[in-house]
Amino acid sequence: MNALLETRSLARNFGAVTAAADIDVTINAGEIVGVIGSNGAGKTTFINMVTGYLAPSSGEILFKGKSIVGKNPRQVMRAGICRSFQVAQLFPELTVLDNVLIAYGIMKHKILPLMSPLATKANIQQAEQLLEEYGITSYMAETVVTLPQGVRKLLDIALAMLRKPEILLLDEPTSGVAIDDKFELMDTVMRAVRKSGAAVLFVEHDMEVIARYSTRLIAFYDGRVLADGAVSEVMGDEKVKELVTGHHLDIDYEREVEHA
Amino acid sequence: MKYATTMIVGAGIALLAAGLFMPGWLTFLLTLAFAKGLVVMGLLLLMRAGLVSFGQGLYYCLGAYCVGIAGDYFETQNALLLLLLAIVVCVALAAVIGLLLCRYRDIFFAMFSMAFSMILYGVLVKSSAFGSSDGFNVKPPLLFGWTPTGESGPFLAYGLAVVALVGVGIFVWRYLRSPMGYAGEAVRENEIRVEYLGASVRRIIYTKYLLAAAMAGLGGGITALAAGHIDPEMAYWTTSGEFVFIALMGGVGHAAGPVIGAVLFELLRTYAFQISPYTWQMILGIALLVIILYLPKGVWSLVERVTKGKPL
Ligand SMILES: Nc1ncnc2c1ncn2[C@@H]1O[C@H](COP(=O)(O)OP(=O)(O)OP(=O)(O)O)[C@@H](O)[C@H]1O
Ligand SMILES: [Mg+2]
Repeated sequence: MNALLETRSLARNFGAVTAAADIDVTINAGEIVGVIGSNGAGKTTFINMVTGYLAPSSGEILFKGKSIVGKNPRQVMRAGICRSFQVAQLFPELTVLDNVLIAYGIMKHKILPLMSPLATKANIQQAEQLLEEYGITSYMAETVVTLPQGVRKLLDIALAMLRKPEILLLDEPTSGVAIDDKFELMDTVMRAVRKSGAAVLFVEHDMEVIARYSTRLIAFYDGRVLADGAVSEVMGDEKVKELVTGHHLDIDYEREVEHA
Repeated sequence: MKYATTMIVGAGIALLAAGLFMPGWLTFLLTLAFAKGLVVMGLLLLMRAGLVSFGQGLYYCLGAYCVGIAGDYFETQNALLLLLLAIVVCVALAAVIGLLLCRYRDIFFAMFSMAFSMILYGVLVKSSAFGSSDGFNVKPPLLFGWTPTGESGPFLAYGLAVVALVGVGIFVWRYLRSPMGYAGEAVRENEIRVEYLGASVRRIIYTKYLLAAAMAGLGGGITALAAGHIDPEMAYWTTSGEFVFIALMGGVGHAAGPVIGAVLFELLRTYAFQISPYTWQMILGIALLVIILYLPKGVWSLVERVTKGKPL
């Protein structure tokens, strides 16, 4: 097996809250893995642990067979695992162009230069190319706070892809994006991903998006992996229907109101 | 880039030339203002990264005492050597303190930096060898064996201040456009993103802290040479507050902001003191209030508005 990423009994508590318990997940090269799970199921916690943002309480994380537990986000990212964020992490008061220029500036230099200019013609051109790949060139001069959600999400993912990761972890790439725009956004992202050959794990609530893009599906519930396998198989799983998708797919509004 | 360098050097030459014709009191006032401008340019680097240091007085004072003490001890009046020493000592101390400070943000960063400057103040006030709270006199500087006398007395320190200002000004101007300069904005805006792009936020802050210390030490050293007298007040928290005051007044959007702010501050203070010796602080306070209300980005933004569209 050419497992790229493997977690073994990965767990994390916040005081009395168990955000992740005993998570075993394996991702192979070239896979596009969807992740579903209701709010608080531990999806973001999982990504935070894998990328070194959160230390696991116990368990092991292997990247290409080597443990990466204890590494910080910088090291994990350099090793080849990059991520996007549920809430896009950008420089809100700066322009889109400056966001990208800073990203390139940091990426190209291990030690940041103090005197040579960042906004050179060559760097700006490179930034333009990146924005073009994600179809957001027209926003280049705009300040991030003024951007629509979808553009922020794309920029966030574009920055994650800069390092040409071997695995890309996307935390709800389409959240906050209008239903009509979700597919366009995912198309753009997947085109870039395919070009780079990276494996992808993406958290998503929309089952149609899952069905369209993933080759495999993992269902999280209460900090555990409830089911893992082919998309149709997991979607058909009784427990998944009862505990995960039931909440999202066939929301019975009247019943929700009664319960509330 | 070349254009800006030429402009800054040109301004420096003009200042030097003007210095030959200035009355002594103005030369002296500008020297002190430029020295403060140097300190505040360092503070600007931190403030643009979202960090307000209320303790730059630490390095301002340390730089001055280095010049004073080393001048005495090594019996040298070589200005360049003394200033270099001031910078080296300040950076060395910042290298240690910075390790701690780069872990803190906001009010904690401000208060910790202030605490360290107050420690130096406390030590100096108790050191009778250095004149305790009275401080001591610094011998007039020598440059390549030359020391001006009489009328041209204040000119040497003035010249040093202008040259330092030009050098540091060019550096800061370029720095703000470099990857490290941009990284400051980035740290202020979103530290998580900076880390996930692959840069260490702490290392960025640490670098800025060292640079700011170097500039403050240089400013303090020049002040010692110009004033001919130093005392622990330079490390007192009100001195550090003055630097923040100047930064707000001049603005931190451009390398020129601190210099304009510092000159304005010294002029205001001098005149306010002459007009009303007992309430001059009030006049300064009102001036700052007016600036914050009408020019929230400092006096420099006025220049930017006038020259809008033109590269500066
Ligand atoms: N920093 C934290 N401190 C305390 N509790 C946390 C923290 N982060 C997450 N949790 C808790 O851990 C559990 C899992 O959270 P997580 O964010 O991983 O869920 P999620 O599956 O990403 O949910 P969502 O769909 O809402 O994004 C939740 O109960 C959450 O409240
Ligand atoms: Mg989440």
